[in-house]
Amino acid sequence: MLVRTIGTAVVLFALWLLMSGIFEPLIIGLGAASVLLTLFITGKMDAQDGDRPELLLAPVKYIKYLAWLMLEIARANWAVTKIILARDMPIRQHLFKTPYTQKTDVGQVIFANSITLTPGTITVETEDGNFLVHAVSYSEDDPEALADMDARITACEIAGGA
Amino acid sequence: MSALETVINLLSWFFIVSGSVFVVIGAVGTLRFPDFWSRLHAASITDSAGMILLVIGMCLQAGLTLVTVKLLIIGVFLFITGPTSTHAVANAALVTGLRPPEGEGLTGAEPEPLEADGDDNA
Repeated sequence: MLVRTIGTAVVLFALWLLMSGIFEPLIIGLGAASVLLTLFITGKMDAQDGDRPELLLAPVKYIKYLAWLMLEIARANWAVTKIILARDMPIRQHLFKTPYTQKTDVGQVIFANSITLTPGTITVETEDGNFLVHAVSYSEDDPEALADMDARITACEIAGGA
Repeated sequence: MSALETVINLLSWFFIVSGSVFVVIGAVGTLRFPDFWSRLHAASITDSAGMILLVIGMCLQAGLTLVTVKLLIIGVFLFITGPTSTHAVANAALVTGLRPPEGEGLTGAEPEPLEADGDDNA
C-alpha cells in the first residue's frame, strides 16, 4: 500500500515536471501540493471500491504489434485516400459481425480501437463474442484480415488473470 | 552540424506537408462521400495519418526538448481518444436506427435488440 502511494507520487510529480519545465520554488511547491491533493482523492476513491485495472499484456509482443499496426494504418490510409480521390468513388458499404477471442477487457478495447483506427473500418457495436463492424469498401477478404489482427492481439495477452 | 540540421529540417517539412495533405484529403472525402457512414471513414484519415505525420514533423522541429515530450503525450492520447470518439458517433447513429446503404449483393448484419425497450416486457 505504501509502495503504491509512493510510486504514484513519484510518477505524478515526474509528469508535473515534464509538463511545466519551470524549476522555480513556487511552481514546484504548487506541483507538490497538487500531487498531495491527488493522492488524498485517489486514496479516498480506493477506499470506496478498491478497483484496479489489470494490464495483462506482454510488453515486447505488444510493441511489435504496435509496429505492425502502424504499417496497417499506413496501408489502409492509402487505400481510402485512393477511394476519395477516384473520380467514380468505388464504395461498397457493409455492416458485418466479426468475432473476437480476447479474454481481458483491455485486449478487447485494443482490438476494437485498432479496427476503428485503420481507416475503412469502424467498430460500431459490441456484443457477446462479436463486434459489429462497418466497412466503407468491403471486400471478401476483409473478415480474414480482421481475424489475423484478432489473433495478433490475443497473442499479446498474458494467460491467467480472471 | 548545419548539414544535419538541414536534413532534419527537410525531413520535418516532408512530414508536416504530407500530414497536411492527408488532413485536406480527409476534408475532401468528408464533402465528397454520399452519406453519414462513409463520411465517418473520411474523417478517420484526418485522425490517423494526418495526426501521426503532423506530430512526427513537429517533434523533429522541436528537437530533444520538453516540447517533444508534450507532443508525444498528445500523440498517445489522440491515438486512444480518436477511435473512441469515432466509435461513439457511429454507435449513436446505430442505436437511433440509422443503417448504412449496403453495397450491391450484400445484406447488413443486424445488431442484437437492445433490452428494456418497452414492448416485450408489457
